[in-house]
Amino acid sequence: MPTRIFGERIKRAEDPRLLTGRGRFVDDIDLPGQLHVAFLRSPHAHARVRAIDASAARAMEGVVAVWTYTDIGPCQRRMPLLIPHPDLTHPYTRFALARDEVNHVGEPVAMVIAESRYLAEDALEAIAVDWEELPPVVDIEAAVRPDAPLVHEELGTNVAAHYVGIVGDPDRAFASAAHVFRERLVIERSASMPIEPRAILATWDDTDGVLRVWDTTQAPIVIRNALAALFGLAPTQVHVVAPDVGGGFGGKIMVYPEEVLVPYAALALRRPVKWTEDRFEHFVGTNHERLQIHDAEIAVDSEGRILGVRDRFLHDAGAYTPYGIIVPIITACQLPGPYKVPNYHVEFRAVYSNTVPVSPYRGAGRPHACFVMERLMDRVADELGLDRAEVRQRNFIQPDEFPYDVGLIFQDGAPTRYDSGNYPAMLDRLLQEMDYHRLVSEELPRLRAEGRYVGLGIACYVEGTGIGPYEGAHVRVEPTGHVYVATGMPQQGQAHQTVLAQIVAEELQVPVETVHVIEGDTAHFEFGSGTYASRSAVVAGSAVALAARSVREQGLRLAAEELEVDPADLLVEDGRVFVRGTPERGFTWAQLAQLANPLRYAYAGDLAVRPRPWSGPALPQGRQPALEATEYYSPPHATWASGAVGAVIEVDPATGLLQFHRLWVVHDCGKVINPMVVEGQIHGGIAQGIGGAFYERLHYDENGQLLNASFMDFLIPTAMEIPRIEVAHLETPSPLNPLGVKGVGEAGAIPLPALVAAAVEDALRPFQVHVTRMPLSPDELLRLIHTEA
Amino acid sequence: MKPARFVYHAPTTLDATLQLLAELNVDAKLLAGGQSLIPMLNMRLVRPGHLIDLQHVSELAGIHERDGGVAIGAMTRQRQVERSPLVAERIPLLAEAIRHVGHLPIRTRGTIGGSIAHADPAAELPGVLLALDGTVRLASARGERTVAARDFFVDILTTAAEPDELVREVWFPSLPPRSGSAWLEVARRHGDYALVGVGAVVTLADDGQAVAAARLCFISVAGRPVQATQAEAALRGAPVTPATWREAGALVREELDPPADLHASAHYRRHVAGVLAERVLELAARRAQEGAGR
Repeated sequence: MPTRIFGERIKRAEDPRLLTGRGRFVDDIDLPGQLHVAFLRSPHAHARVRAIDASAARAMEGVVAVWTYTDIGPCQRRMPLLIPHPDLTHPYTRFALARDEVNHVGEPVAMVIAESRYLAEDALEAIAVDWEELPPVVDIEAAVRPDAPLVHEELGTNVAAHYVGIVGDPDRAFASAAHVFRERLVIERSASMPIEPRAILATWDDTDGVLRVWDTTQAPIVIRNALAALFGLAPTQVHVVAPDVGGGFGGKIMVYPEEVLVPYAALALRRPVKWTEDRFEHFVGTNHERLQIHDAEIAVDSEGRILGVRDRFLHDAGAYTPYGIIVPIITACQLPGPYKVPNYHVEFRAVYSNTVPVSPYRGAGRPHACFVMERLMDRVADELGLDRAEVRQRNFIQPDEFPYDVGLIFQDGAPTRYDSGNYPAMLDRLLQEMDYHRLVSEELPRLRAEGRYVGLGIACYVEGTGIGPYEGAHVRVEPTGHVYVATGMPQQGQAHQTVLAQIVAEELQVPVETVHVIEGDTAHFEFGSGTYASRSAVVAGSAVALAARSVREQGLRLAAEELEVDPADLLVEDGRVFVRGTPERGFTWAQLAQLANPLRYAYAGDLAVRPRPWSGPALPQGRQPALEATEYYSPPHATWASGAVGAVIEVDPATGLLQFHRLWVVHDCGKVINPMVVEGQIHGGIAQGIGGAFYERLHYDENGQLLNASFMDFLIPTAMEIPRIEVAHLETPSPLNPLGVKGVGEAGAIPLPALVAAAVEDALRPFQVHVTRMPLSPDELLRLIHTEA
Repeated sequence: MKPARFVYHAPTTLDATLQLLAELNVDAKLLAGGQSLIPMLNMRLVRPGHLIDLQHVSELAGIHERDGGVAIGAMTRQRQVERSPLVAERIPLLAEAIRHVGHLPIRTRGTIGGSIAHADPAAELPGVLLALDGTVRLASARGERTVAARDFFVDILTTAAEPDELVREVWFPSLPPRSGSAWLEVARRHGDYALVGVGAVVTLADDGQAVAAARLCFISVAGRPVQATQAEAALRGAPVTPATWREAGALVREELDPPADLHASAHYRRHVAGVLAERVLELAARRAQEGAGR
């Protein structure tokens, strides 16, 4: 029997090293003669740079160079627009160092390169900038009014993009509906907070003429290609490595100014140069996300069946649009969620403001979409006096309706087409896990009779995952029996080394420990785009599976030749390829690799290669000296994961504090490669979602100053704030890829704002509280209780 | 986030420390645990010319019973206080409140004297010291003096200590008989600075049915820890009933004038101060009745 490895709870290969402090992060790497960089960042949200006097800073001890825009050679080009879109009619990207204007607090203005970071920061204080302050644009609702000051004067508008998507005939649906309910719903600004901020180390290696860069990026190949193009180098002359990276969550997929300036400094100064982002810089220098203001309405018939949804929203783009309008596009396409919405009108304006630019952060527009749709569903249930679960059941897309077209074009340019799922079963399973009906009919009434404010919430979501364009993988069986795997993805803690090894080990039937996965190094694999959008397991995982299957076929063919049997008579088990019924007739994978490559193996103990009479070239036509394959997988479109969550929450109406009693998740990401890894992803996402529901909010004041740019004031929930999370898996395989898998990276973060809103509202029914903004806070809850009561 | 240049001193005796402090005066900062000072240095919010590290001045650490209370040397780590059986027995309010100070790693480095001298209006230890009517012993090359908590805390990060003085020791009196104490606070997350915190001491009359005296001190509602004197006055002689605690809570809302910040409005703080007052008094009175001492 083949050993089952795919789908097993295998401990993460990464953990012994990481948990004992033996990880190697960019800042752990030091090179002889290395210089350090500090950036002068704008203290103003919006200002013209009249002049910069860096002469005093340049004269300071230990300072090697102080650069402003005029000093940065090829980096004077505008930063690239990475993802254009036809509706992004007014794109705008920055200069790596401000040329004549700054558009948010934290924008890089000058760069000090010194013998130490301390001296570099001392020199920052000696740089004099002559600023002319301009009116800041912070409130995006004010920004779209005709008389509003402009973030970018030459664009003539603050609206970067205006998108309209229409499915069916929404106007007719609304005109004929039994009920129409409207909500104004807001999700506030937030940002990813990886434990490791960004860092870049670069050096020009004169011995082989290669620019080497260690970068915390989620896309090393993209960075390699950008640097090669910018500096006029061959791609092979740029070597980018993303070593251990302490979390990405979307914020590290970009081409940031620092990512071109630090390598340029290494080129220009011919010394290694390092920059490590500090936490303050991360708050004002790494992209944010989340703020959207929705005016949504839903039309239903008298039984609560959805006839149509209309949503118009403002999306805060921040100061620049280097990543296009991916986030609001995702919101627009995913808003209908798991429900049949036959008539749908969605419209957004992406609005510039003098704040940190916005690009995807775990969830990437989906928590907003889920919040809007689930709030509407709760509203329908409450208004029609229906059970909240029942309303959802009445509106689900049914299992026999897949593939299901939402009717809009998704972020990847392909149709928003759900490939598979079973939403009714998913919710049923959740209700069963929760013992929902007993909770509703017995336990909650009992607790409420004791004077406690206890509430129940549920929320459902879908997640488009595993988008293209493609990823590739290289798999090779070594003559030692080890298996080498390389992909173009980096990893930031998602356990790629474990799950990709499981895929290969399953195909070749070898111990998972013998599979070595190398990632994030452009010298090992040169094609691919990176890890983002919950796509690694789907896209790279499928490429790895295809490559492993090809290697398996090669092994079978070679063994069949050597044993003079039909490949169909061979089995692959226990790390060997052998003849069915006579297991002693066969080879280990090591022996097959040796047979494939007829060289000398000085130390090989079980040498399979025997001297043989001459019969022509050592490598006959069509044979390669290795069992190896490179394969690519390019998905036709996204594969759609889904989930349902439930919670019982208690609120102390006197203090506005809340406490989770229970939290359940039923999740369907297709075939599960490793349940522990999937659960880890869900737990992490839920924790981040709880942050988004009750803790994490970036506060800008009207001058565009970020008021809580530290972990004292930007509140990330700790282990103390995260309840036990009860996870159940459903497996509806994806028909789109060879493994049947779907992505899971962002799942947990999506439904939590909707869930907490529902549960809190339920707990506070005696006060008639209506939750329309996220995140909540004790202060906000008290305000709701007191104004509504 | 690197500090500006400073000169580092690591004296090993109190005398040497006081001499340095006399010479350097306002140009020096004392490093007592670093849980507040190091971030402030790194953010260049403070930039002293000299940093005097107290960690090797062993005579500044220690927990001793003295004068009907417990004296704690300034360099005693918060974690030692948290684990001290003497503190648990004699100063239960301190033992209860100190668990709310940051997180374990913070308490392992943070010191009693450091927290008292830093005088953060949201910090627990100054609130406990005021609630118990304790004292602070200051030392300088000029000599020593003792200052009552109510006079020591002046305003945000400002105390009665002169630039050449250091906090040598903090003294917490034990509770009188028939007394109970309690600490409650509301924070955004476990270990955060409190949005509102309150310490109470309730002493019952001989019959146990009325309040003989009460102390009620709040943190995070003003520039320094605040005693709710009107509520305390109203509690004197009042019966041990829920209505008494409720009325005290109402008085607290009248007499406090808390500030607003990102995490809580003034209205929130005022409202929750009243809620916590009611709850903390009830708890302290129950402990007094049960003879738990706490």
